[in-house]
Amino acid sequence: MKAFFDWADQRTGYKKLVHETLYENVPGGARWRYVWGSTLAFCFSIQVITGLALWVAYSASSQTAWESVYYIQHEMWGGWFLRGLHHYTAHAMTVLLVFHLMQVVIDGAYKAPREINFWSGVVLLLLVLALSLTGYLLPWDQKGFWATKVATSIAAITPFIGPELQKLVVGGSDYGHHTLTRFFALHAGIIPGAIIAFIVAHIYLFRRHGLTPKEPRRRPDAAFWPDQVLRDAVACLAVLLVVVFFIIRYRGAELGAPADASEQFSAARPEWYFLFLFQLLKYFPGGTEIWGAIVIPALLMGVLIAMPFVGNWKLGHRFNLGFLWAMLAGIGLLTYLARTEDAASPDFVLAVQSAERDAARVIVLAQSPDGIPTAGAVTLLRNDALTQGPKLFAKNCASCHRYDDHDGLGSQPKDKISASDLKGFASREWIAGLLDPARVDSLHYFGGSKQKTGKMVKFVKEDIAEFDAAQKAQLQKLIIGLSAEAGLKAQSAADTRDAVVIAEGRKLVSSTAMNCTDCHKFHAEGTDDPSAPDLTGYGSREWLLAFISDPSHARFYGERNDRMPAYGPDKILTAAEIGLVTDWLRGEWYEPKPGPLPDLSPPPQRASPN
Amino acid sequence: MASHDCPHCPPPTPPDDRRSFLAKAAAIIIGGALAITAPVAGLFVFLDPLRRKSDSGGAVLVASLNALPENGEPRKFSVLATRVDAWNRSPNVPIGAVYLQRVGDKVRALNVVCPHAGCFVDYRSAKNHFFCPCHNSSFALDGQVQDPKSPSPRGLDDLVVEIRNGTEVWVKFQNFRAGTHDKIPV
Repeated sequence: MKAFFDWADQRTGYKKLVHETLYENVPGGARWRYVWGSTLAFCFSIQVITGLALWVAYSASSQTAWESVYYIQHEMWGGWFLRGLHHYTAHAMTVLLVFHLMQVVIDGAYKAPREINFWSGVVLLLLVLALSLTGYLLPWDQKGFWATKVATSIAAITPFIGPELQKLVVGGSDYGHHTLTRFFALHAGIIPGAIIAFIVAHIYLFRRHGLTPKEPRRRPDAAFWPDQVLRDAVACLAVLLVVVFFIIRYRGAELGAPADASEQFSAARPEWYFLFLFQLLKYFPGGTEIWGAIVIPALLMGVLIAMPFVGNWKLGHRFNLGFLWAMLAGIGLLTYLARTEDAASPDFVLAVQSAERDAARVIVLAQSPDGIPTAGAVTLLRNDALTQGPKLFAKNCASCHRYDDHDGLGSQPKDKISASDLKGFASREWIAGLLDPARVDSLHYFGGSKQKTGKMVKFVKEDIAEFDAAQKAQLQKLIIGLSAEAGLKAQSAADTRDAVVIAEGRKLVSSTAMNCTDCHKFHAEGTDDPSAPDLTGYGSREWLLAFISDPSHARFYGERNDRMPAYGPDKILTAAEIGLVTDWLRGEWYEPKPGPLPDLSPPPQRASPN
Repeated sequence: MASHDCPHCPPPTPPDDRRSFLAKAAAIIIGGALAITAPVAGLFVFLDPLRRKSDSGGAVLVASLNALPENGEPRKFSVLATRVDAWNRSPNVPIGAVYLQRVGDKVRALNVVCPHAGCFVDYRSAKNHFFCPCHNSSFALDGQVQDPKSPSPRGLDDLVVEIRNGTEVWVKFQNFRAGTHDKIPV
């Protein structure tokens, strides 16, 4: 064995290299304050390894990026841990960079002859931040998409070359496949390559000039191995443990809903360490953004780069220290303001909730038997009644109607309720309320509309109000029979169970005893007089589609229709959109079969708003 | 003791006492743990394909019996089925092709893939045999290796065929490992 090592050493000289590495002099002996550089090197090596492993499964295109990340996160062996390791180590790196910078400035390690090493460190800081920025987009989720759009829009205000620069970064005039391929090449190839080159230079220069000792030296000089190595290893272990804690606490890195350029995303925020820049931009009125986005950050960078020169003056080191503390305090304050403003904004809180709902929902849909279509996961949410129904309802229906006393999304519309509350429309409870003399003219039913003075309300308030016990029992059956016309998913078990009652109830709807068919049509019975809606298939998908499409049709209210628009013929909504609202109102959307399914409840509320 | 101006000059070897030994042992153990975490996490994801089984699926309708010549000449048909490709599930897309031929009342189905190295074989009507354009294997109509010099280790892979409703030819489509003597499903 020794002969082999000697043979290899003669050809490579590795023994000298190892010796130099391990027995590097540590002036004043090992100290904890010297660990930061090593923790950063450790984090970077984790990023390279986990990044390569993620690369194995990642697919950079706008139809496959989110999908491949979803697959890593939810389907692949330990993929959630791998992603989490990459994600949270990136956060750790940013924090450690600040610690490293602080240690270098406090210890005066930027001064001659170490200026070039200091500048190479500043370049490394910027390169790591660039890694962060480019990596944020790669999952192609709503958060990364919209936050990165802000960053690339800022690029466009760069003087002289702005628009061209933006086009080059985005890979065209709009976000798409080439945005991802370019960001991926930057994130996984160009920037890491540059970082490796600068790390080599940084370590070479560090070795050339040696450690900057913290005076006074407490102990005699010692070798790097083993005491300083042990301290470095313990520090790296601490970093790793913190990272693992976050991975387990949040079940890996977050993955939002797939990017959708047509879907508003008010919860878009940059990663927490860029929040100060985000906040800074708020203070610059239109036309002056360049100050917040480019001039001030560039000036701060300029002062940082000038530190070695400033440090030569008598009070230079104190100035540098003061500047560093002031800059960090400013960044801290802006970050704090950004966070508290968001936390205090009900709109932002709602937007985050909605983002979390969509993110959880799309996973349920992606894991459905239909899987993800080749058009991409974004179509899953676009075609999902549970996701789109409430949005369409809030936009098109909620100025008159309500859904469970809100606009479908949980907010209160500007206008007062003036048409029925459609939560549970055509269910037994809903019809029972409509046929209740106390409730038929309430705002939940006809109280706010023209029908308040119509024949139906009169019939309920006068005739039904005087029903005797036997008639009331018949009315119950009638309600069950009529509601069965809808074929609601939520009632399917009850409808199967009550088949006999339903048959009786249907007969009662047609019977002269109940008077329904005096105005309404019901299957073969009743009048064709278009004064009241046809009750055949009342509340069924076909019925509701036709009704929303054109309530003024002779089959429904005819000329007695109040204000409801003909959403179909007037082209207010497309047939697909009417279908989504209909399905949502009827409670028809994909739900996974009960059984052993992955836990999809949202992870614990994050401390940061992003 | 090394002077500050000469960082590369090694200081005297530190006394190899018990404390130093403990520090070395601890550094090596912690360093080892740090070194394996990321590679192990990556390895799991990298090895993920090993736990995925091929979706052999059931029989799929490939053709109508009427589309097969009475004289037993083979015809090539695409096999359409639901293809699961990682996260995508695409119904009704080509997943392979088969040669179908009448053999008396029955139908024979041969996978078009050459068992040698996975090329598609051609049917040559003039010679009435199957021929692989890659390495010149030739196969008889029943799929058996025809020319003993053929590099293919086995004949063309026949597939289970079912005739349903009188005229529907259903095939249980499968691919098999190339280059082996035995027919092993992949």
